[in-house]
This record gives sequence, C-alpha cells and structure tokens, in this order.
Amino acid sequence: MTARSPGSAGERPGPTLRQQESRAGLALLSPTFVVVMAVVVIPILWTVFIAFRDLRLRDLREVGIFGSGFTLENFVGVFTSRGFLEALATTVIYSVVGTALAIGLGLAAALIVRAPFRGRTLVRASMLLPYVSPVVAVAFVWSVMLDPNLGIVNAFGQDVLGWERAIPFLSQRSSDVTIFGVSMGVPVALLSVIAFQAWRYFPFAFLFILARLQAVPADLDEAGKVDGASPLQRFRYILLPQLSGVIALLAVLRFIWTFNEFDDIYLLTGGGGGTEVVSIGIFNRLTGRGDIGAAAAFSLVLAGLLAIFLFLYFRFFARTNEASA
Amino acid sequence: MTGAADLGTAVEAAAHESTHSRWTRETVESTVITVLKWIGVAFFVVITVFPFLYMLLLSVRPIADLARDPGALLVPFERLTFGTYDEVLRSVEQGGQGFLSFLRNSAIIATVAVFASLLLAIPGAYAISRLDFFGRRQVNAVFLAVYLFPAILLAIPLFVFFTRIGLRGSLIGLIIVYASQTVPVTIHMLRTYFNSIPESLEESATLEGCNRFQVMRYISIPLAVPAIMSTGLFVFMIAWNEFLFALLFLVDKRESWTVSLGLSQLANSTIEVPTTVVMAGAVILTVPVIAVFFLTERLLVEGLTAGAEKG
Repeated sequence: MTARSPGSAGERPGPTLRQQESRAGLALLSPTFVVVMAVVVIPILWTVFIAFRDLRLRDLREVGIFGSGFTLENFVGVFTSRGFLEALATTVIYSVVGTALAIGLGLAAALIVRAPFRGRTLVRASMLLPYVSPVVAVAFVWSVMLDPNLGIVNAFGQDVLGWERAIPFLSQRSSDVTIFGVSMGVPVALLSVIAFQAWRYFPFAFLFILARLQAVPADLDEAGKVDGASPLQRFRYILLPQLSGVIALLAVLRFIWTFNEFDDIYLLTGGGGGTEVVSIGIFNRLTGRGDIGAAAAFSLVLAGLLAIFLFLYFRFFARTNEASA
Repeated sequence: MTGAADLGTAVEAAAHESTHSRWTRETVESTVITVLKWIGVAFFVVITVFPFLYMLLLSVRPIADLARDPGALLVPFERLTFGTYDEVLRSVEQGGQGFLSFLRNSAIIATVAVFASLLLAIPGAYAISRLDFFGRRQVNAVFLAVYLFPAILLAIPLFVFFTRIGLRGSLIGLIIVYASQTVPVTIHMLRTYFNSIPESLEESATLEGCNRFQVMRYISIPLAVPAIMSTGLFVFMIAWNEFLFALLFLVDKRESWTVSLGLSQLANSTIEVPTTVVMAGAVILTVPVIAVFFLTERLLVEGLTAGAEKG
C-alpha cells in the first residue's frame, strides 16, 4: 500500500481535514492578498475615482487625496485635447508594428538555434541580452549609436554608404524618401523607436517559441520527410501549426505591453519627433502640469481602449478558429 | 518507430538518387536553409552583442577621440583610459557624478525588495500549488491579470498616495512598490516548481506526524531552494532595472537616486557631461545584471517559460 493523500485519508476526519486545508491555504495566501489589494487593486479603483474629480498636485495638501467635486471635465479634456487622436494613432502603429517585428525576429531566432551546433549555448544566451539588460543603459547606447554627431551609424552611413548628411534618427519627424520616382514621407523617429522595441523584446518571443519548438515531437518532422515534404513545406504545414498557439499568446501579451510602453520612448526621444504615445501624454499631464485628474482620466481611456482591442481580437480570433475547425 | 522512419528516409533517398539528378527540391532547399541559418546566426549575434561591445569600447575612450573620429571602434592601447569610471563613481563633492552612492541605493532597494517579495510569495505559491481552498483558481488568474495592467495607470494613484503620506522620495516607498509588483510573477515561478515536487514526500512527512506548516518548513521549502534563489535573482534584476517608478518617486532627491535613474538624468543633464563618462555609468549599471543573468540563465528560462511548451 502506498500512502494515501491527506484528503482521502480515513472517512471520519475527512471534512475537518479539508476545512483545515482550506483555512491553511487562505492563511498562507493572505499576506500576498493584502499587499496586492493595497498596492494594486485599491489604487486602480481609486484611479477611477480620481478621474471624475478635479485634483491637482499643488492642492493635494488642502483638498486631500480625494479632490473636490464630481466632474466630467477630465474626460472632456482628454477627447478634445489637441493631439489625442494623433497620440492614439501613434500608439496603435507602434504597438502593431513593434509586436509583429518582435515576434517575427523571435521566430527566426528560435528556428535558427533549434538544431544543435557548436557554440549554440553561447548564441542562445547572447540573444537574451537585450531583454535582460537595464532599459536605461541600452536606450542610452542606442541614442549614442544613432546620434548625428558622435554616433557610429551616421559615421558609417556617411563614410561608407555615402549619405550626404547625418540623419537625426531620434528627433526627425519625417523624411522624404524617393523610391522609383515616388516621393513619400517616412516617420524616421517613430521607425527608430519601433526598431528599438523589436530589438529589445524579440528575446521574449524567442524564449517562448523555442520552448514550444523543443516540445514538438521529432516523429512529426520525420513523418513529413517520409511523405516527401520539402523542408519549407514541413515548416509551413507541420511546424507552424504547432506554433500557432504560442504565437497567438505572444501577440496578445506583447501587444498589451507595447501599448502601455513608457520607458523605451521616454528614454529615447522623450516623446518628440512624432513619437508621443498615450503613456507619454499621461506622464506629462501628471508631472509637467500636475493635473492628476486629467492624467487619471487619460490612463482610464488607455486601459479602456486596450480592453476594446483585446475584445475585438478575441472575437475575431474565436471566429477564425471556428472556421478552421 | 524511429527505425522505421530512418528506413523510410533511406528508401526515399535511394529512390531519388536513381531517378533524379542530385538537385532535388529537398537538397536545394536544405542547402539554402543551411546558408540562411548561418547568415541568421551571424546577424543575431551582431545585433545583440554589438551594442554592448560598443558600450564597453566607448567607456574607455577619451571624449576627444570620439568627437574626432566617431566611426572608429578600437581604442589604441596607449589612449586607453579608465578616468571615465573614476569620474562617474566619485561623489559630487569630489567633482564626480556620485554613482557609488547610487549603486548603494540600488543594492539596498533591490535586495530588500527581493526578500519582501519572496517572503510574501513562498507561502502564497505553496498554498496555490498544494492546498485546495475556496477561490484557488481565481487567485492565480487575478495575479496574472495584475501583471498585465498598465504600469502608468498604477503610477498615478501610488504617486499621489506616497506624496500625501510623505513617503515619496524615500527608499521604502519604492521597495513596497517593487515587492508588490513582482509578487505575481514570483508566485507563478515558485508555484511551477512546487508542482514538480512529488507529493508523496510530503505525505510521508504528514504520516510521521508533521502538520502543514512543518511540512512546508522542513520538506518543501528546502527542496525548493534552487528555485527560490533563481526567482529571487529575477526579482533583483527587475528591481535593479526599473525606471518609471524610480523616476516618479525619487527624481527630486538626488541622494536617493538609483543607478537607473542616475544614468537617465546624467544622459539628459543640461550640464555637459562627456558621453564617454555616461557610457561608463551604463557599463556599471549593466554589469551586475548580466552577471546575475549568466549565473541563473537555465533556471530562469525554465521558470519563465514553464507551461509554454503545452502551447
């Protein structure tokens, strides 16, 4: 006889044991619960409250932390403020393109290190460097690399590629580029921060995709080989369907995080050059103008929009899944 | 199974050999893929390693050399300088940038946050992994939802609250925020590990007369020490790297700055600080994190991606 689990041990003390376990579980979890409530849940509820109040940093001492008077001014202010729609559009472009690039790079990286080769461990570890390093340090290195005067990119561009002028990658809003006689504006600074975003976060996608890849049974690939599928066909019809779940999950996670991203853009451009995303606008309202109510309303709008996007994504996604089933 | 497949491949290869030339779709694609793969390896190594190499090389270069020739990478041996590190570490009174005291602040904040986060998360993770109680499943979902919430949304009320109670500008306020923000991910990582410990071990301890807390104290936690350490180091990295809350809480008080905040302020300072000196600061900020990362890479990766392989 092997030991029986505590839950099923004996008929008589059964329910009490279960009660004991339940009580112990709640007791062990309660410290975490209290702290998460105090520092996460209550503040979120409070934000909702502040958003309907007139509250400014400078009168925090007099009116207390609850502000004074119910008002819709903050929300009116958000929707009528100049640049709100532009900030929103910038945020959406930044999130969609950044997420897609990060996942694409991560997929490529995972496929590359899938099969063993000499030095694979080192290559794999180096691919995680951008993700684990302090954002302030890597953002500074990028801003120096892209600097018009001191940066190596512009030095290389001018010396080797024959650029006429240095390109201010992080401050130029738009540059006219002529391709095949068609002239069009390219959002230089926005593309730079998107490139940084892809560079910094592809390791995250890489890790998850690699973990999934290594769990794909080797038999599948061999069966495809036996049936005469070429390597590309095996990737398209055997491997990719196996990865669709983890890629979909990554798309959701990365989109959420990129949509809320603040550090990267603040450190690289400070929101200048057409890179002012919504979170930068919130930060400026909070610290620059000290308008707490407006900042709270703005951040609620951000969270609300995010919820709408996610809702649409899942609706759309559930449908395509049904269609394919 | 594998044997049969091997046989199949062999037969197929033989068939190809006899009927077609060598340039089948299989061989062409394989060759192209192999070439692309090595190009890919080179590409990824360059884009990931180069910025760090650049950081190191710039930090030991005199600023005049950089201004004269920004395209050059290698520093001639006789021009090598470590004065940049000296300047960035020295205290402000001695004409430096005071990074030594920022290092101390960061170390204190990150270390205390690690212990606080673990102290909260170990019992919590154990409970979620082992005990059946009301709301067990929901708790996990709530914690993960917290992890997805916009930091900027939380920043506003916390900023107001800590301003009001006078803790803004103190290290304690920041420690509380870091500990509570990392608890969800800490619980997630530890829970995965507790799940992998065979329950029979704990059951035999129960039969010997241990109660739940003794089982946890003498059996489960000692077994989980490696996981606890790597999770702790992960929290350390998060706290060390964090920027937004440090900026909001500490920016007015220079003596409380963390290394991350100090570097960002140095990079944007109105007083001209040589780029190479700031670069030395970036190296100082990065080295501890990379060291911690390489120490724990395997455990960290397994803990983070646990569950991902199920798709």
